[in-house]
Amino acid sequence: MKRNGSIERRENRQFFLYISPWLLGFAIFTLYPMVHSLILVFTDTDLTGSGKFIGFHNIVRAFTEDDLFYKALVNTLYYVLVSVPVSLLLSFLIALLLNQKLKGIGFFRTSFYIPYITSGVAVVLLWGWIFNAQFGLINYFLSWFGITGPNWLSDVRWAMSAIIIMGVWSIGNSIIITLAGLQDIPEQLYESAEIDGANTFVKITRITLPLVTPTLYFNLVMGIIGGFQIFMQPHILTEGGPNYATHTYMMHIYDYGFKYSEMGYASTLAWILFIVIMTITQIVNRTSKYWVHYDN
Amino acid sequence: MNPYYQSKKRKQLIGNTVSYVLLILLAFVFVFPFLWMISTALKLPSEAYTLPPRLIPKTFTLDNFIEGWQYADFTRYTINTLIVALAATLGAVFSAALVAYGFARFRSRYNELLFAVVLATMMLPSQVTIIPTYLLFTKLGWLDTLKPLIIPSFFGGGAFNIFLLRQFLKTIPKDLDEAACIDGANSFQIFYRILLPAIRPALITVGLMSITYHWNDYFSPLIYLNSDTKFTLAIGLRFFENSFGSAQIQMLMAVSFITVIPVLVLFFIGQRYFVQGITMTGIKG
Repeated sequence: MKRNGSIERRENRQFFLYISPWLLGFAIFTLYPMVHSLILVFTDTDLTGSGKFIGFHNIVRAFTEDDLFYKALVNTLYYVLVSVPVSLLLSFLIALLLNQKLKGIGFFRTSFYIPYITSGVAVVLLWGWIFNAQFGLINYFLSWFGITGPNWLSDVRWAMSAIIIMGVWSIGNSIIITLAGLQDIPEQLYESAEIDGANTFVKITRITLPLVTPTLYFNLVMGIIGGFQIFMQPHILTEGGPNYATHTYMMHIYDYGFKYSEMGYASTLAWILFIVIMTITQIVNRTSKYWVHYDN
Repeated sequence: MNPYYQSKKRKQLIGNTVSYVLLILLAFVFVFPFLWMISTALKLPSEAYTLPPRLIPKTFTLDNFIEGWQYADFTRYTINTLIVALAATLGAVFSAALVAYGFARFRSRYNELLFAVVLATMMLPSQVTIIPTYLLFTKLGWLDTLKPLIIPSFFGGGAFNIFLLRQFLKTIPKDLDEAACIDGANSFQIFYRILLPAIRPALITVGLMSITYHWNDYFSPLIYLNSDTKFTLAIGLRFFENSFGSAQIQMLMAVSFITVIPVLVLFFIGQRYFVQGITMTGIKG
């Protein structure tokens, strides 16, 4: 069969025709912006789009003149380093629980997913109320144990923890994904293990855990990428405070881009974050071959 | 019953009980906040700000819903949000289906490569593209309109949706295409008459997820919308909170709950579509 016959060429043409919306969108909303933002890094462009070339000034500024740069970076790193492992662990445990043929299991599956599906301003405001120092549920609950809860959202030491708790509450999506991964594991493996005398702990650590690592890997990477972009909760509840305790990196970018109209500098910040995320993702990717088992 | 079987049954009973206890406790933590939202929304101001907090209000009132809604132009915000959610979803469903059709059914030297690019963009953090995209919309004069929130969805509707629909299309046997082809159908007719109906569940999944996404979206409306008349519920609610919220928590919770209801309803009706959509993509990721 000829390689470049008219049938192949026609199929090729139709291929491009049908994917053209995406191709166009990719060019306009992904490729072009990425290139343009890279150019912006070396300018002092403002909200209106006008600016001039200023060389490496923005990059130098981020690392030497911008006090909040490191604060924002550390805050965001802290958020990722705490919320991602906690979320990963919790979603795995809950998915394990949900992966049983119990009566009413569907109801439980739904309950864990609802926080995720409704994530938005309303829910963030709800949590603001729950974390209220005087009338909030959390401090009321703590008072049962004789603990006086802190003024969560106004306390420099606790504000970020509140944000993290909110983030962990919304793991419904990763629970469902992990559950799907668990359900992919064939029953027979567990059955033959039982015949060999394996108890639940052995079954989980020797069968479940290794076989669900691809799903855990997916959740880990998506969790990291999402975690670094945390914005809505601190923006609404604390506006980055108190005293910049919840000033996340994404808020830093937002402030410089859309509040101070310094799009050149904001682009610089964006690219630095992009490089950080890509580096970490690559590291996770490289180490994955040591702990992720794919079906052979 | 032999002893082995008896102890096995007992172990299972203990295991199940432990599971139920854990599930109930955890589900409580995940669901209770919503009950609290409703509870606060139904309270009188005096009761909302009292200790100890009570789940069931002593006096029920629907005033908060009515008053809160009128405090700001929430009807307008709802209309705006509906326009964005529905229009963007229309664009997303249709364009993602077209693009997925291209990837699923047409051979080309570039098919695998470009699809890998699609997958890569799924993981692309958005910061590097936001600012130039904003500048682009500024140049087009689309600031403070709903257009930046709607138009991009017509360009493939997002990598996730393309991926989902392509996977689904791949499960439809090519014989259907071929039979239609023999009957003289062209590629678009095959797409429209045969394949689209065949992937209806996946289309519904894409639609529901898209509506939910746009309904809840905060960041894009935040940067593109400035006038009160253009606000979506997310922004309107936020500004309501800024102005009145902390002193009127019961009204805030009432209005917040109203904004959450549509998503909850959609979810309860279309539960299996949400779950199906995620499971189809999560594992393969």
